[in-house]
Amino acid sequence: MTSAGRGGAERVDAERLAALPPLPADEDGPVFEAPWQAQAFALAVRLSEIGYFTWKEWAGTLADELAAAEARGEPDDGSRYYHHWVAALERLVVDRRLSSSAALDDCREAWADAYRHTPHGQPVELGRAD
Amino acid sequence: MDESEGRPVDRRGFIKDAAVGAAAFAAPGKLMADQTESHDHSHGHDHDHDHDHQDVPPDIALRVRALESVLVEKGMVTSAALDVIVDTYENRIGPRNGAEVVAKAWVDPAYRERLLADGTAAIGELGHLGGQGEHMKVVENTPEVHNLVVCTLCSCYPWPTLGLPPAWYKSSAYRARAVIEPRTVLSEFGLDVPEDVEVRVWDSTAEIRYLVLPERPAGTEDMSQEELAGIVSRDSMIGVARVEAPAGGPSGGDQ
Repeated sequence: MTSAGRGGAERVDAERLAALPPLPADEDGPVFEAPWQAQAFALAVRLSEIGYFTWKEWAGTLADELAAAEARGEPDDGSRYYHHWVAALERLVVDRRLSSSAALDDCREAWADAYRHTPHGQPVELGRAD
Repeated sequence: MDESEGRPVDRRGFIKDAAVGAAAFAAPGKLMADQTESHDHSHGHDHDHDHDHQDVPPDIALRVRALESVLVEKGMVTSAALDVIVDTYENRIGPRNGAEVVAKAWVDPAYRERLLADGTAAIGELGHLGGQGEHMKVVENTPEVHNLVVCTLCSCYPWPTLGLPPAWYKSSAYRARAVIEPRTVLSEFGLDVPEDVEVRVWDSTAEIRYLVLPERPAGTEDMSQEELAGIVSRDSMIGVARVEAPAGGPSGGDQ
């Protein structure tokens, strides 16, 4: 489990992408509908590069999440692919004790609060002092 | 599958080379933006403006933010490393939307007029506005005026039109220096703006975002709207590049 180089990655190679449940993509690679999707994509890529989990484990967790969604009767049209991606990421992060559900929930609430209380045009930041 | 392939990478330099240091925000005095009092605050984020808060992003986006914040805080990942990955996909959302808008404005004078008068509505005509309700203002480059877009305080960016913001756009160096020394910044992007051309810097906010309508290059008179859309770069719509006619273009001429 060596750490990937400090520079991070070039585009994720085709082999790793092919190991995933088919993700929204065109001939030139993954496509994203919103920035949060790309951010979630990058998180999974980076965490596996560093070695917190293997890419194979990641692909398996994501596949489980997609299968669970299908079992719940959600449409399998790819529209919620990255929702499941995020759910899988949260699950793996908690499973590996990188964080806890409670910590993630608290942090999400803190972000929502930060948005609610930050005036337009100002950077939204998490409060630290309080 | 092996998680351990280390693949160090040389990223393109861009303005990132200059991104070290230059932390201070610019005094916004020179900005052309119709900015309101909101950008005049220089103090912290601890006051409540209940009438004036920002829209809370969708829950799913907050969950991603939470994941990132928690992991960054624990030192497990760095935002910079994530940016590097995202950056390689920066053209992978909505990349052609803005180009389509520009190309249409070039070939359709009535559309151009509507676009400059009410960017939000005209871009909406093409179905490219996101659900965030931000207002789009389109600013036109001319032989006399060159426009440059920045968000000095954060990284407001019209992503439904331009895709993911490039990392340099989010860098504190670009955000500060685009205002203080726009000509220098532009020349670092390889764009030398003649002294007699006015440079206008537009500061995006949460409620208003800017799109540059670049000049249509000479030698493209015979190109179709679709072909034109193919030569409009994202950078030209931020204002850090010109649109160039394709080398050995249709006419082969050099007017």
